[in-house]
Amino acid sequence: MKKPTNWPVTILIALGSLLILFPLYMTIAIALKNPEEMAQSIFSLPTGLHFENFTNAIKATNFFNALGNSTVITVTTVVFILLTNSMVAYAIARNMKRRFFKVLYFYFISAMFIPFQIIMLPVVKVTTDLHMNNIVGIIILYVVYGLAFNVFVYTGYIRSIPYELEEAATVDGASTFGTFWKIIFPLLAPVSATIGILSCLSTWNDFMLPLVLLGDQDSYTLPLVQYVFQGQFSTDFNLAFASYLLALTPMLIVYLFAQKWIISGLTSGSIK
Amino acid sequence: MAKRRVAFYLMTIPALLLFFAFHTFPALQGIYYSFTNWDGFSDSFDYVGFKNFINIFQDENVLNSYVFTFKYAILTTILINVISLLIALGLNAKIKAKNFFRGVYFLPNILSVLIVGFIFNYLFANVFPIWGAKIGSEFLSQNILGNSDWAWIGIVIVAVWQGIAYNTILYLAGLQTIPQDLYEASNLDGASRWREFWSITFPMLASFFTINMVLAMKGGLMVFDQIVALTGGGPGRSTQSIAHLIYTGGFQGGEFAYQSANAVIYFIVIVVISALQLKFLQKREMDL
Repeated sequence: MKKPTNWPVTILIALGSLLILFPLYMTIAIALKNPEEMAQSIFSLPTGLHFENFTNAIKATNFFNALGNSTVITVTTVVFILLTNSMVAYAIARNMKRRFFKVLYFYFISAMFIPFQIIMLPVVKVTTDLHMNNIVGIIILYVVYGLAFNVFVYTGYIRSIPYELEEAATVDGASTFGTFWKIIFPLLAPVSATIGILSCLSTWNDFMLPLVLLGDQDSYTLPLVQYVFQGQFSTDFNLAFASYLLALTPMLIVYLFAQKWIISGLTSGSIK
Repeated sequence: MAKRRVAFYLMTIPALLLFFAFHTFPALQGIYYSFTNWDGFSDSFDYVGFKNFINIFQDENVLNSYVFTFKYAILTTILINVISLLIALGLNAKIKAKNFFRGVYFLPNILSVLIVGFIFNYLFANVFPIWGAKIGSEFLSQNILGNSDWAWIGIVIVAVWQGIAYNTILYLAGLQTIPQDLYEASNLDGASRWREFWSITFPMLASFFTINMVLAMKGGLMVFDQIVALTGGGPGRSTQSIAHLIYTGGFQGGEFAYQSANAVIYFIVIVVISALQLKFLQKREMDL
């Protein structure tokens, strides 16, 4: 029984998607125009392509430096989150009967209720005292703060993996670390995909932690650079929008190629 | 077996120490500072007892930020959940180019909140008023963000535009867990579409509804990036959120200890609300 296409719903969905696409169209159009074209009509397609907006924005914001910082911070954070948070969750999941690990579990997940804004003031003081107000420090904070949510998700999944697999490995003389890396970690791939995507998006787009933590202009991330830039060039909209577009592009490209994978990764993680 | 146990401790103790050092210790420190009068940069400060807490309850700026944050969080939570559920139903129906539209509706979720805020800031100031003028409405031809009564609605619009993406995906995942034979049975019984939604779809989505409500509410209560990008808390202080007040007062206004006390209260408020929401919504789940 094949149902026919539901045209009224298709049309409504299509109209709704215009609301999503319109601001993005405006961003691209403004980034490619110059002030004279803007004066004629804000909405029209650009007549010439003003790529000088982009070259100027790259220079003004030191774009490649910020892109490098964002990439280093995000990639390192995601790698360390996947490697360490899964291991912590493994130790907890396999020892839930011991009081130490059970307390540890609730200790970590209770932190999910504590928004960063609440500890922000003292965290800045602690990290500054330790000279951690830099890229290395911010990566450590992201990885450590990830524990709250990730231990919760990983532990739930690991507990559904049968013990027998590990027992066999232990009988064969594998160490606990060896068992984790060779047997458990590969089995975690589906959850790791979900956690990897979520951590990647939140780290890449985070604004608050870089804002309060990163003191040195050379270590600024893409969102932070946009914030600083905004104050300096508030009248040249074409330049500003070229800069916004540049800052959004890396993730847009990733999304374009990995869209199906990202959406299914997030949904498979949420059902559990 | 002792070796195994040692390994499990080695896996967790470094994480425990780091987590304590960078999460719990600062939280405790914040509580400690909330009983002092430290401005954030002086060398010395005094213990002042509950003075900060007493002052906070009489502070108009704090009260104002709570009122704004709450009305903002409640309205965004409702709008995000209603709209994303409708979109999820649409995307789950038999439509053309389904994967393309799913991709489009999820797109806002991958974009930086701050940059989306900057883009909308321009649209509110320069683009939407053009339409307002065209339809001859004086109200709509102004920049809504510059109006102290209506600026908060502008922030709600941006938050909803971006926030529906993630909730839509969660609802869509929920819809796909509903067995098709339930609908076939109700078709045989001749149930109307409306009846079908309230008797099958909505109850089956109960746990997704809980998650989405809690997530959206918590996100709303923590609003910060949108404020920075759209209004900076203005006009006046009409859109200053709690998080924004803690940030500006704590780092720039020399109110480190005072805003630490505000953060302690803010923490209690968030925990109580999340707990109440979970309790209330999960009870609804079980009643079904």
